[in-house]
This record gives sequence, structure tokens and C-alpha cells, in this order.
Amino acid sequence: MSSPAVSASHGALDDVLHGGGVDGHHHDGHHDDGSKTLLGFWIYLMSDCLIFSGLFATFAVLANATAGGPTGKELFELPYVLGETMLLLVSSVTFGMAMLNMHAGQKGKVLAWLAVTFVFGAGFIGMEVYEFAKLIHEGAGPDRSAFLSSYFTLVGTHGLHVTCGLIWLVVMMDMIRRYGLNDATRRRLSCLSLFWHFLDIVWICVFTFVYLRGAI
Amino acid sequence: MSGAHHSHDAAHHDAAHADHGSAKSYLVGFALSVLLTLASFGVVMSGMVPHELMMPGIVLFGVAQLVVQLVCFLHMGTSPSQRSNLAIMLFTLLILAIVVVGSLWVLHNMNVNMMHPTSQMVPVE
Repeated sequence: MSSPAVSASHGALDDVLHGGGVDGHHHDGHHDDGSKTLLGFWIYLMSDCLIFSGLFATFAVLANATAGGPTGKELFELPYVLGETMLLLVSSVTFGMAMLNMHAGQKGKVLAWLAVTFVFGAGFIGMEVYEFAKLIHEGAGPDRSAFLSSYFTLVGTHGLHVTCGLIWLVVMMDMIRRYGLNDATRRRLSCLSLFWHFLDIVWICVFTFVYLRGAI
Repeated sequence: MSGAHHSHDAAHHDAAHADHGSAKSYLVGFALSVLLTLASFGVVMSGMVPHELMMPGIVLFGVAQLVVQLVCFLHMGTSPSQRSNLAIMLFTLLILAIVVVGSLWVLHNMNVNMMHPTSQMVPVE
């Protein structure tokens, strides 16, 4: 990524953002370093954030609606959740290492760090699926109470996002293996990086407001 | 002119570098996140924290970790290239606060005023 391309694109972005839309048109499409794609992806992530805010609000309202069934305090095993949290946190950092190597142009190291990230991410999903299966087996499935319905919806939606991230991760590894670190793969990997870190941030809210609050 | 141009480029280069982060920022972010996670779980699991301080404690550590990860992992900041992302995020947080706080407020009032004898909102002992 050369400096002039970066500054030209930032100029275009500034034009768009600061009301110079019409004048800024002639910049568009010439020097795309992906910053506009990343801005667009960020807007998607923020709208995703609103989906989660709706689910968090629903959970907060229904957290005590246990219908005589088990409460969070009885169900949640905090050491297990701490394990899940650590797996996701480590995967966030290993993705950061992949990004640093991407900027340094080290294809092999990028692939290696992405593989490590996949292992930790898959570990997280594995633990979550086991946790869900255990709850359902104990009769505390999503059909037991409004509390459990909202719990499974909220945590399940996060898990579904992580699963999508894992699939995307595999696709990116294959693309980088085939095409190397070109503009397109760098841009897409940068988007995935935002997505992955964003999911770790949502998980902070999940373990704080679902598990820890439930266990108090 | 060429000097000014050069410094302009250099400034953009620095901004781009800040966007990428460094190994140090990731490792500092990781260390702080681990500490804040352990602190959050410690507040609830250790049994050493008074019950009424648990909720403020986990919210405090949770918010601190949110900020740490936004800065260290997502490289949020006030640099020109990040300002638009930051503005979009702050607006999202406003909407988020309205949705969450509004829902809790309205439904809490509803539950209090309905006084339903079989209300499920009353925990069954």
C-alpha cells in the first residue's frame, strides 16, 4: 500500500464525509485502498450492534421470568464461562498477530496465525455447543421459560456470528493461499478482523450481563 | 511546497500506522483484557466482595475492558482516519442506550403498576 494512494483515498473520504460530495466525485474509484469498504463494513457492524442491543434489552427484561424453572444462578457454571472467555480473547489477539503480519507482507505467518485463530474460535464454539446441549439435556432448554428463551436467543445469536466468522476465516485462508496478499485479500481480511474483534467485544457484554449478573 | 507535501505524506503514514496497531498495542490490550476479565469473574466468584458492590463492580470492569479492546484491538481513536468510525459508533451507542434503558424503564413501570398476582416477574422461591 503506497502512501500517495492512502492520502488520495483519505482525501476522497474526507470529501464525502465533510459535505464535498459532489466535488469529491472525481476522486471516486481511482485509488481505492479499501478505506471506504472498511467504513461501510463498520456501519454494518454498528447495525449488527443494534440487533444485539435488542436481544440484550429482551434478556434484561425477561431475566427474572423463570416460570418456576431453574434460574441463572443455578444453571451457569462461571469457571466454564471463564474458559470460553479466555479462548475468544486469545483468538482475538492471534488475529491481531495475523493482521500485523499481513501489513508486513508475511503470507506464511498470516496463514499460520489465522489457523491458530481458527483453533481457538472453534474451541469456543465447541464449548458453547456442549453447554447448550447440557442445558437442554437437563430440561433447561429454550422452551422452559422466557428467561431461557431469551438466553438461548442472545447467546445463540452471538455463537452463530462466531460460526460465520469461522467459515469466513477458512475461506480467507484458502483465498490467501491461492492469490497471496493482494489488495482484495487484504481488504477482506481487514473486514474479517473488524468482525472478529467486534464479536469479542459483544462477548464482554454477554459474560458481564448474562452470566455474571445472573450468578449474583 | 515539496517540504509541505512531504510532511503531509508523513502525517498520513503515521495515521495509517496507527490504524494497523503494533504488536505492543495487541499485547498490552491482551494483558489488560485478561486482568479485567479475571477481575470481573473475581468480583462474583471470590466471595470477598459485598453483595451490593458486585453489580457496580462487574459493570465497571466490563466497560473498562470494552474501552481497552476498542482502543487496542479496533484501534479506535481521534485520528482523522478514525474520526468517522468513532462518530458512527457514538451514535450507535446512543441508540443502544435508548433501546436498552428505555425497554427496562417502560417494562419495569408496567410490572410495578400491573400488580399481577401471578406475575412471572416475581421470582418464585
